[in-house]
Amino acid sequence: MIRINCPYCGERDHSEFSYGGDATINYPSLDASEKDWTEAIFFRKNIKGFQFETWHHSNGCRMWLVVERSTVTHEIKSVKPCHPDLQKVVENNK
Amino acid sequence: MKTRRIDNYGKINRDKILSFSWDKKNYKGFEGDTLASALLANNIGIVGRSFKYHRPRGIFSSGVEESGALVTIGSKDRRDPNVRATTQELYNGLEASGQNAFPNVNFDLAGINNYLGRFFAAGFYYKTFMGIPPLEWGKGTAIWMFFEKFIRKAAGMGSSSGLPDPDTYEHAHDFCDLIVVGSGPAGVAAAIEAAEKKLDVILVEQDSLIGGNQLAENDFDNSQIKNQLENLGIKIMTRTTAFGLYDNCVVGLLERVTDHISAPNVNFPRQRFWTIRAKHIIVGAGAIERHIAFNNNDIPGVMTVNASKHYLNRYGVLTGKSIVIATNNDSVYETAHQLSEAGANVTVLDSRTNFEIETNKSFEIRKGYVPYNINGSKKIDSLDISKSETINKSETINCDQVLLSGGWSPAVHLLSHRGVKPKWDYKNACFLPSDTKENITMVGSSRGLWNKNDCIASGIAGTTSALNRLGISKTNYFFPKPGGWKNPIQPLYEVKYKKSRSKSFVDYQHDVTTDDVRLAHREGFISVEHLKRYTTLGMANDQGKMGNIIGLSLMAELLNKEIPEVGTTVFRPPYTPVSIGALSGRNVGKHFRPLRVTPMHQWNIDHGAKMIEVGLYQRPWYYPKENETLSDSYIREASTVRKTVGICDVTSLGKIAIQGPDSNEFLNRIYSNGFSKLQVGKARYGIMLRDDGIVMDDGTSWRLAENEYFMTTSTGEAAKVMSWLEELLQTRWTDLNVNVTSVSEQWAGVSVAGPKSREVLNNCVDDSFVITNNNLPFMGVTSTFLKGNIPCRIARISFSGELAFEVYVKSDFANTMMDLLWENAKKYDGCLYGLEALGALRVEKGHVTAAELDGRVTIDDAGLSKMASTKKSYIGSAMRKRGVLKNNDREILVGFFPVNLKETFNAGTIVCEKNNIKGQGIGRITSVTYSPELGHWIGLGFVKGGLDKWKDTNLVGADPVRNKQMNLKVVSPHMIDPKGERMYA
Ligand SMILES: [Zn+2]
Repeated sequence: MIRINCPYCGERDHSEFSYGGDATINYPSLDASEKDWTEAIFFRKNIKGFQFETWHHSNGCRMWLVVERSTVTHEIKSVKPCHPDLQKVVENNK
Repeated sequence: MKTRRIDNYGKINRDKILSFSWDKKNYKGFEGDTLASALLANNIGIVGRSFKYHRPRGIFSSGVEESGALVTIGSKDRRDPNVRATTQELYNGLEASGQNAFPNVNFDLAGINNYLGRFFAAGFYYKTFMGIPPLEWGKGTAIWMFFEKFIRKAAGMGSSSGLPDPDTYEHAHDFCDLIVVGSGPAGVAAAIEAAEKKLDVILVEQDSLIGGNQLAENDFDNSQIKNQLENLGIKIMTRTTAFGLYDNCVVGLLERVTDHISAPNVNFPRQRFWTIRAKHIIVGAGAIERHIAFNNNDIPGVMTVNASKHYLNRYGVLTGKSIVIATNNDSVYETAHQLSEAGANVTVLDSRTNFEIETNKSFEIRKGYVPYNINGSKKIDSLDISKSETINKSETINCDQVLLSGGWSPAVHLLSHRGVKPKWDYKNACFLPSDTKENITMVGSSRGLWNKNDCIASGIAGTTSALNRLGISKTNYFFPKPGGWKNPIQPLYEVKYKKSRSKSFVDYQHDVTTDDVRLAHREGFISVEHLKRYTTLGMANDQGKMGNIIGLSLMAELLNKEIPEVGTTVFRPPYTPVSIGALSGRNVGKHFRPLRVTPMHQWNIDHGAKMIEVGLYQRPWYYPKENETLSDSYIREASTVRKTVGICDVTSLGKIAIQGPDSNEFLNRIYSNGFSKLQVGKARYGIMLRDDGIVMDDGTSWRLAENEYFMTTSTGEAAKVMSWLEELLQTRWTDLNVNVTSVSEQWAGVSVAGPKSREVLNNCVDDSFVITNNNLPFMGVTSTFLKGNIPCRIARISFSGELAFEVYVKSDFANTMMDLLWENAKKYDGCLYGLEALGALRVEKGHVTAAELDGRVTIDDAGLSKMASTKKSYIGSAMRKRGVLKNNDREILVGFFPVNLKETFNAGTIVCEKNNIKGQGIGRITSVTYSPELGHWIGLGFVKGGLDKWKDTNLVGADPVRNKQMNLKVVSPHMIDPKGERMYA
């Protein structure tokens, strides 16, 4: 069972979370071209090893998190809030 | 074979006699027996019929690896098939019966399959019944489906009762520093060492007694060990199997709470499914003795050597009179000695020629001999033996039992669950566990240690390594080297039979023979994983605990490779079978999933509502008056709404509070239609698209104040929309100053719909001035009070096409609101209406819901192009224009009428052209209803090209599932009041 150390709630089972997706995508602006949007939403790398992905603590604090997880071993290296301002708050409170 | 109970042996309680039945006959056993030991004590040799060939089968082992003695326990709704007799504890009144045989295991009519063996070789079913060439795919499958039920009946094991399970099962959780799996010498040493170092320890044992394989020793007494463990505060869990290891040191346990009790307390669960979160796992799961493949090696009376030792020393049962032990290693000699002391005539065939062993000469040792063929069918008459150097029958020994030891396989299963591949050890002819970075340590014979002192040392080393890994200590440790026998083992997996058509079994439980493995190889199945699936070797519920290595060695020989080059199959959880009941626990029946009710749930029921499930929600379906059917009721309700007024609970809609200075900008980005000009005091219907341009959901947003909105979503998509808004604000648009809060539980909502709805509300609000047509025009919003000073929000929104209002109050006031509205609605001959009438009203108007917005439909497909703003960019605005979503032949929302207005149709009907009724047709019907307004059945759905293309053509509605077909007319989806005059009234 994967366990995720939520920066707000502490370590919890993955059953409290919902998987989001690739956390490294820079979504284009809303008026960007069809081509840019196609790149952003349909093309994914199939990473073997560590990847950054979003998880939603949907049965917890409702925060979206960036989780650095190995797709091979499920080992988790880091967990951060998605929102950059909240990242700073969490960093400062360490 | 003659098996019997003997005096002065065993640890059973001879003062406590238990009676049990086997195949409807009564027998006696003792407390401490397993079903297998009790059957053997009663000289019952045949306990089952084999899977494919229906060959008589006996008891092969004394543990979880059992592949012969699979029996059915209990009767009626407590019938439990495929139970291993070797692990089933005996209790008073236990009912057991043999499987896979008619009329019984001693005389089985299907035993004829044994003579048809060549038809049942590997892959037989696939070759014969699946897609027989040159027939096309569909026809071959039909033949398979026809034969399947006969085949499954002939080739199978026990069957379940088919009745609801009367027992309860529990899910439980626990935490600890260290969990130790297995209570043999290694596991116990590890647990004691850890507890002494102040770790919180759980010790798990699948047997009813602790001790592991020491339970087979004649002088073993576990009471002292038990005391010591308990005094150290170790939690001992017996009758509990660690069936799987998962990420982060999570261990799955199955505890059999009452399976050994004759009349259990009804308050106890039958089994308990544990999730244990540990910091470190030590596995001392032991090793499993292998058999040897040779002709007729499955005749009742064949057993592993270690099993015979268990039966003798634990259960006081001598398993044979004239016993031949066939071995390739040292582990059998103590047993040989003890069996002969107990009165058996013992001969040991050892495949090795050059070795030294100390014995008291009470039995004969034939060095350099192997078993070649067993003579007999229901019991062993004699054994043909061969010299191990040149295989051929050299002589025959009369005997009634053959015990086998082809070496030992460490139980590396749990480590394999973590994806750790074991490595082959040539010296000990077995797979040994590899190291892992995870906090898992293998100890004892599951790391290939064959003597007790080494096992104990490994247990202590295991705990020391765990303490180091957990950062508690920093102590050097070492594990003893694998092995421990005086003489090396000589690999021996198969003794080849010289005659054709041998029955040398590799996998007893699935009837896989050495010939099957060779056949699979000839047919090109040379990868282990293919071999496994084609022959089904190791795929029975014992997962090849005894036979897998033999299968691998045969494949290695055929491929001219070594065993490690051929590979090993991956073991997956569960280690031993876990019942579906234990997996589901208490989540059955009404507890299968959470139930959501609205705050006026009881009010609705009290007022005659029949309820229906919508997602997790219970919603009013219809409110029948006496004797009314569902259709009578909903037709009356829908007509009443159009005529006067109706009240409907709409609380299940998702509700989200949106607040903050950038709220308007936020809404303008997520909805496809414009929201920037929405004034305070107005609501707007909006559509949300996904990133890829497909419709996600629709709903309304009400502007309550400059920076405050109240959003409603559909019932089904409420949770998804909420997560989506949070995702956008937290990951994409982090500069927007907006807060979103789910308020679905906080507000209770009703729709008041119909020409008299304003009059009804007039009587319910404190200040009726606020809801006049001028002050509350179509899509107007007001915050006001219901009589009794109840704060409420009202919006003039219509889903039915009539003049209508949505009224929301805080959930606590739900019943008061219902009482007030209903009292006044009755004055206008109004009604309460449910989901069915709501559906009828919206289909008449051509409003889409989840039935239409199924995740494939674009805003244009739904006929809502005018809802797609051209003046702004929004989520999905770029992608909705991509090529495939703009094809001319996309299915467009339309209405359907039957050509013959007396006919009915169903949702799911496929729309086809008249002369081309096949496949997916040109469209589909998604919603249907009887229209009280129009007086006939109508439908909503999609057709390629839409109304413009088909308005003058009759189409066919094909409903092959219901064997129905009728003519259809395509009409505008706005089937009544297309201009919406009623809503604006
Ligand atoms: Zn959290």
